[in-house]
Amino acid sequence: MRVMAQMGMVMNLDKCIGCSTCSVTCKQAWTNRPGVEYVWFNNVETRPGQGYPRGYEDQEKWKGGWKLDRKGRLRLKAGGRIRKLATIFSNPNLPNVDDYYEPWTYDYDSLLNAPAGDDFPVARPKSLITDKDMKVEWSANWDDDLGGATEHGYKDPIVAKLGDKVKFEFEQAFMFYLPRICEHCINPSCVASCPSGAMYKREEDGIVLVDQDKCRGWRMCVSGCPYKKVYFNHTTGKAEKCTMCYPRLEVGQPTVCSETCVGRLRYLGLVLYDADRVAEAATEPDETKLMAAQKSILLDPRDPEVLAEARRSGIPEDWLEAAQNSPVYDLACRYDVALPLHPEYRTLPMVWYIPPLSPVVDALTETGHDGEDIGNLFGAIDAMRIPIEYLAELFTAGDIDPVNDVLRKLAAMRSHMRTVNLGEAVDPSIAEAVGMTIAEMESMYRLLAIAKYEDRYVIPSAHTEVANALLEELPGCSVDFTSTNGDSPVGEAKPVPVTIESFQLTKQRLEAEQYSDLDHKQ
Amino acid sequence: MSNAGTGEVDGEITDALLKTRRFLTHADISDDMRTIHKEGGREGDVFYRDRWSHDKIVRSTHGVNCTGSCSWKVYVKDGIITWETQETDYPSVGPDSPEYEPRGCPRGAAFSWYTYSPTRVRFPYARRVLLEMYREAKARLGDPVLAFAEISEDPQKRTRYQSGRGKGGLVRTSWEEALEITAAAQVNTIKKYGPDRIVGFSPIPAMSMASHASGARYTSLLGGSMVSFYDWYADLPIASPQIWGDQTDVPESADWWNAAYLIMWGSNIPVTRTPDSHFMTESRYNGTKVVVVSPDYADNTKFADTWMAAHPGTDGALAMAMGHVVLKEFYVDKQVPRFIEYSKAYSDLPNLISLKEREPGVYVPDRFITAVDLGDTTEQANLKTVVIDEATGELAVPNGSLGFRYTESGVGKWNLDLGDIDPLLSVYKDQTSESVALALPRFDIGQESSEGGGIMQRGVPVRHVAGRLVTTVYDLMLASYGVKRDGLPGEWPGSYDDVTQPYTPAWQEEITSVPAATVTRVAREFADSADRSGGRSMITLGAGTNHWFHSDETYRAIIALVTLTGCQGVNGGGWAHYVGQEKCRPYTGWAQLASAGDWQRPPRQMAGTAFFYSATDQFRYDNMGAQELASPLGTGLFKGMSMSDCVAKSVRMGWMPSYPTFNRNPLKICDDAVEAGETPQDYVVSQLRSGDLEFAADDPDAAENWPRVMTVWRANLLGSSSKGNEYFLRHLLGTNNQVRADETPPEQRPRDVRWRDEAPIGKLDLLASIDFRMTSTGIFSDILFPAATWYEKEDLNTTDMHPFIHAFTPAIDPPWETASDYDTFVALSKVFSRLARQHLGVRKDLVAVPLLHDTPGETKQPGGVVRDWKLGECEPIPGVTMPNLAVVERDYGQIAAKMTALGPNVENLGTTVKGITLKSVREVERLKEINGTVKGGIADGRPRLDQAKHACEVILALSGTTNGRVAVAGFKQLEERTGQRLADLAEDNEGKQIRFTDTQSSPQSVITSWEWSGSEHGGRRYSPFTINVERLKPWHTLTGRQHYFLDHDWMAELGEWLPAYRPPLGMSRLFGPPTSGFDGALEVTVRYLTPHSKWSIHSEYQDNLFMLSLSRGGPDIWMSNIDAAKAGIKDNDWIESSNRNGVVVARAVVTHRMPEGTVYMYHAKDRLIDVPKAESSGKRGGIHNSLTRLLMKPSHFIGGYAQLSYGFNYYGPTGNQRDEVTVIRRRSQEVEY
Repeated sequence: MRVMAQMGMVMNLDKCIGCSTCSVTCKQAWTNRPGVEYVWFNNVETRPGQGYPRGYEDQEKWKGGWKLDRKGRLRLKAGGRIRKLATIFSNPNLPNVDDYYEPWTYDYDSLLNAPAGDDFPVARPKSLITDKDMKVEWSANWDDDLGGATEHGYKDPIVAKLGDKVKFEFEQAFMFYLPRICEHCINPSCVASCPSGAMYKREEDGIVLVDQDKCRGWRMCVSGCPYKKVYFNHTTGKAEKCTMCYPRLEVGQPTVCSETCVGRLRYLGLVLYDADRVAEAATEPDETKLMAAQKSILLDPRDPEVLAEARRSGIPEDWLEAAQNSPVYDLACRYDVALPLHPEYRTLPMVWYIPPLSPVVDALTETGHDGEDIGNLFGAIDAMRIPIEYLAELFTAGDIDPVNDVLRKLAAMRSHMRTVNLGEAVDPSIAEAVGMTIAEMESMYRLLAIAKYEDRYVIPSAHTEVANALLEELPGCSVDFTSTNGDSPVGEAKPVPVTIESFQLTKQRLEAEQYSDLDHKQ
Repeated sequence: MSNAGTGEVDGEITDALLKTRRFLTHADISDDMRTIHKEGGREGDVFYRDRWSHDKIVRSTHGVNCTGSCSWKVYVKDGIITWETQETDYPSVGPDSPEYEPRGCPRGAAFSWYTYSPTRVRFPYARRVLLEMYREAKARLGDPVLAFAEISEDPQKRTRYQSGRGKGGLVRTSWEEALEITAAAQVNTIKKYGPDRIVGFSPIPAMSMASHASGARYTSLLGGSMVSFYDWYADLPIASPQIWGDQTDVPESADWWNAAYLIMWGSNIPVTRTPDSHFMTESRYNGTKVVVVSPDYADNTKFADTWMAAHPGTDGALAMAMGHVVLKEFYVDKQVPRFIEYSKAYSDLPNLISLKEREPGVYVPDRFITAVDLGDTTEQANLKTVVIDEATGELAVPNGSLGFRYTESGVGKWNLDLGDIDPLLSVYKDQTSESVALALPRFDIGQESSEGGGIMQRGVPVRHVAGRLVTTVYDLMLASYGVKRDGLPGEWPGSYDDVTQPYTPAWQEEITSVPAATVTRVAREFADSADRSGGRSMITLGAGTNHWFHSDETYRAIIALVTLTGCQGVNGGGWAHYVGQEKCRPYTGWAQLASAGDWQRPPRQMAGTAFFYSATDQFRYDNMGAQELASPLGTGLFKGMSMSDCVAKSVRMGWMPSYPTFNRNPLKICDDAVEAGETPQDYVVSQLRSGDLEFAADDPDAAENWPRVMTVWRANLLGSSSKGNEYFLRHLLGTNNQVRADETPPEQRPRDVRWRDEAPIGKLDLLASIDFRMTSTGIFSDILFPAATWYEKEDLNTTDMHPFIHAFTPAIDPPWETASDYDTFVALSKVFSRLARQHLGVRKDLVAVPLLHDTPGETKQPGGVVRDWKLGECEPIPGVTMPNLAVVERDYGQIAAKMTALGPNVENLGTTVKGITLKSVREVERLKEINGTVKGGIADGRPRLDQAKHACEVILALSGTTNGRVAVAGFKQLEERTGQRLADLAEDNEGKQIRFTDTQSSPQSVITSWEWSGSEHGGRRYSPFTINVERLKPWHTLTGRQHYFLDHDWMAELGEWLPAYRPPLGMSRLFGPPTSGFDGALEVTVRYLTPHSKWSIHSEYQDNLFMLSLSRGGPDIWMSNIDAAKAGIKDNDWIESSNRNGVVVARAVVTHRMPEGTVYMYHAKDRLIDVPKAESSGKRGGIHNSLTRLLMKPSHFIGGYAQLSYGFNYYGPTGNQRDEVTVIRRRSQEVEY
């Protein structure tokens, strides 16, 4: 046993309202700058829908993640790494700008500067890539709220797989939202794909990062990631990705996407896992058993043996305490209500999801039954609007049983809490029906419903000794950096820190007479 | 041979190759070569670590018209605002509830983009053609006022600059010049036409109180009129004043958590209450059942246990059917004690109503029986309503009705304490009860020929009282809802399955398409939950139900569900109307500043919809006469009257305000009175009698009656809220427009109001606006001032969604030449004073004020009997049968001095809100210390008000919600009147005085105050009317209780005594079917709705690049795939949507989420982002409101009677826009800009 700590996230999709606040705060903080206009470390996609970039889940097309070869060994889906090195200059599985979208702006300043004419001025869209007028044909969130679904909803890879179980008709309409960040996988295929050794997984908390100095812009990580959560900065020529806001985590603050989540559906916490058994879990032959395999390497933070091993691995005491209070561990392993996204990619992803419950009662009560009645509670789940198969394709490689178990727990919790809410006699059989005690059910309820800030985010701070080391490596002064970017297409030049870059950009705006005088592409 | 499960990776050769990585890096490569680990603190991390660094974080918020009021952290680096994230430090809701943190939404998260965006207004701008003419005239004439007078009065010059409005040609000017032109225009208007021709428009004070108050104060000091917004936006639910005598009061969002049953009805909470929606999702885990009523599969439908997809505009039918089930099962079949007791104590259900014989043997409801009918001759006995005491069978006059509110005899008795009286709910005993046949209106029939509907015959049990036939409101309700009791005459539904009789579940299914069984079940569950939970069934309502023409009736039907089940005034229960951020919690202080009442009273405050109806000449296109809406049970009161005739009548009877008021300058009226040797009041009455003086409402198109100068701030009137946008452009502004309708034909024109053959084009002499971003309002303005953003100024912010008050704080100083609204109006007041001293001097101004709610004015026209002095039905008596007339002295040279100091009326006359007058002497003394005092001049020694933070301190000091002493003092006054204990609700906070700096450091919990109807006392969640229910304080209505019955002549004429279902207007019959103008084109005619958008707050953010990148990048119309197929439209095709009012060009979003027959153009799409020219007109496509037009309902202009009296933003016609239809066509995909 080699114990490692991993920062993980759980998102409760049952609470997600699809507002995209997380996307915007993340974008503002991290990717609001040239070269990454199209980059959304965090995005929220409406399902059924194609996601971002379009159809990223179609690994037959993109060849992201891992597969088992005929001998049952773990191989990158895009082919062995020899092949990767061989095709380094012609990566065939790379999404192009159309798969994302062509970022644009508008000639806004024409509104203020238009000379007297015979009609009202208007700001037309202009491509941020070509600088030319354009018709907007796709965006970062084009099919939001099922927009255009009747025409291209079938391009959702899961819909394509499920066939007529998903109908794009008013009476059968359903949707839910799937917010996504980097999975910070325990077995990251992006790291494995990088020929430069620029990608790495942080020893102390498992965060997957791109070393901006080492990145040579081969983009093998982009294609290697089955979630398409590594992006290419076309200005610096480097890969960039969600950093799990490590500068914030290190001082005990939640990620931007978490803290700003107004649905209060995100949880952050440590899990401990056995690093020696990662490959074993990732090579579980039965895809539907991958989730169980992954859970099997997550270690009980209260197990004395685990603690002893963890101490031997140098994990500090307060981190162990944080692991013991981790909402991520509780939701994934104690209550068993959080599921990994696409375990079949074999990357052992560490952003987990509680599947959406609602609306459940609707279909059943059309028959005149009371869907809240304990007798009907679970029948309602079978009749819910969201086909359970769709959720299973997302979270359990198609196995509907674990999804069903989670939804039954949520439904039972609602039913139990209704009696509490109304001050009526509590029926212990409700909790028992889903294999829980009343106490367990009520503590799960507190975590899901009351969800206080300090219970959602249990983040140990980086250690002082580590922090000191960090300090030494910080630039003494931000003007150490020059303002020019490297010209090399593969980004040999040292990148300019983003604050400097955007500071100069905004400063120019501040000083310019007209926005149109600026080269906003720079 | 399988290696599965063994952990083997790749093959040997690869392994060998990859092993070389170990020699190239210091990192820890896993033994299986699968991954690389490194310890923290690598150089490569610096990139993001540095990105995250910042110099400071400043707390501010967003002054946008949403109900967010979210507290934000604004990050600043090197003096540049970089981004924002939400604050999470709200005061706790308690250990067993979710907290408010974090509040925010994607729109707010994108706000900082505006700071340095290319759409930022950075300098003052002016219309070049106007500027050049002005400069030339000023150089020649040597005087700004004379210069402006010349160019605005010379027809050619006037047309030159007016017709250029909106068409580019703005140029930079100096602050000095921009202020001077604006002030000169105002001086000229006052001099020539009167101060009431100056108009200010700025909505929703709660979103930035000092910014709002600054301009409102300035406008009020001039004698200009502030135009209301809540009613104009159609956000005001007229049913609220009708039922409760309260503008709107709703639970804070954390109270959803306390619900046991939650219906979201036309209220798409995830989109429109984004920061709070988690309380809804979390409440489900509490076992709360969630039902959604929405025509489309909306964002909130995702959370629904039951979805009732009622056809748009049919919500009233659904609610009436639910009411039918509730009354039948919980009142008649069995009697739920809680419901019965609640109804007796807190509603008008037991009150007696007289019946009137309409035809032999058939009766209609008439009026409330009052003490006068019992022979009581004491004061205001005609406002004391009557019940039967169940115990004695005798008539009784319970405390609490309006007759107890202002009278000497009512001291200590204006309360809901029934004492020994046990009101009898029904006069029905058994099938032998005496009864009569009753004719009642129904509106579900006959719409092919009229909006008035038909008649249904039902019956009620009756008693004889003082020679009159009476019944109870409850008995009328059962008759109206069709709940049968044995022995009563009339036609009744046989069962729930009866489709022919209102208001059964089966009947509604034909109208709404919602299965009858579902409606029955939901109604039953709702009431059952209310019973089991002690009133914790809640209905959230939104624009989806509220923005309809007959919203008042729809709301009365929906609200009846929460009042019948005893949920109103209970935490976790009741109505929750979330449309419009109306709740300026520190109301008293704001109202004082905004009205400039500290210096002079009364202010001019105009009903917005009525104002724009006349000002934009939409009345000229409105051939829907008032009679169209009258029930066949009416007596013909509206015969021959156009809607503008009704407006004119309402105005002269003192019901609704009218500014401009008379067809003469009100300054001149005062002069003329002196000359005539009469008081101005007597003079006006005699002049009106003789016809020498007229109300402006009688002739809105006369040049002397136009509004002349309009200032808009904190608003995008012309790109967002202007219903009938194209009429604004044509008549108010005089520029390009796409009005396609013909004027009303002669036979349908107004009878009383003068029709001028030539419609005015371009009424406004000057349009000035203040904004930080370029909107349509800026585009059309003659003068545009550059504003500071919400991260660049000091101000206060509250909402109804949470019980906190918090601050705007500048993260940076206003950049470029921008300035806060506050500073702009202070600067304007100085320039104005300089010009006015010479041109205006000291004048007397005659201000006409309607009979106001919460004043004795509401007792002046008892019984709601219409008596028009102009028709000789009564004498014209100011303040009784016509508006009050007040004379205000205006020292125009001292406007700036008054603007920047708190005036003496605060302690001399006191502040008056909701009938409570407080003389805040101590507060003024304290403000002198906090703000410092003015030295010299007329304001010598007064507290300073020259900076926004001074205003914030005044607002906080004078309001009960933020100053415990004020709260206690007000409650004590109320204790005297009610005889009930109230002050304890605030006494533990008596010493608490929230300072502006407190609000800047963190959101501050407000204090329970008499200014509102609920209580936060002891940390409980705010829910409206809990004080009424728990402390027996009356509602501000006729009976003092919650009203189902309304007994005004005009209500009766409309057949709206009681809740009823009135369908959407038959637009095609009334105004002709919409046409595209392209004969034979493939097109589809659909209902056109403009719900609130996910990617903008009104028009704010719809131009924001982040929001555009997350949506479709420009204006779009959401339509069903079925409708799209009919018109050959594909997703993202360019389409044109047109009707008589205008043309919109947008792209189609085709989806099965939308129901067939209805399209959404999400509100609010300005015309400035990616709007091509319309194929049909060759002109720039319109905004979402280019397809709408004002339609008014006479019951909204009622006044002078109890809760049916005027109040600013409290009562008045609504700018509803949901009944509209449009035709949609796929246009050429080649678009031109």
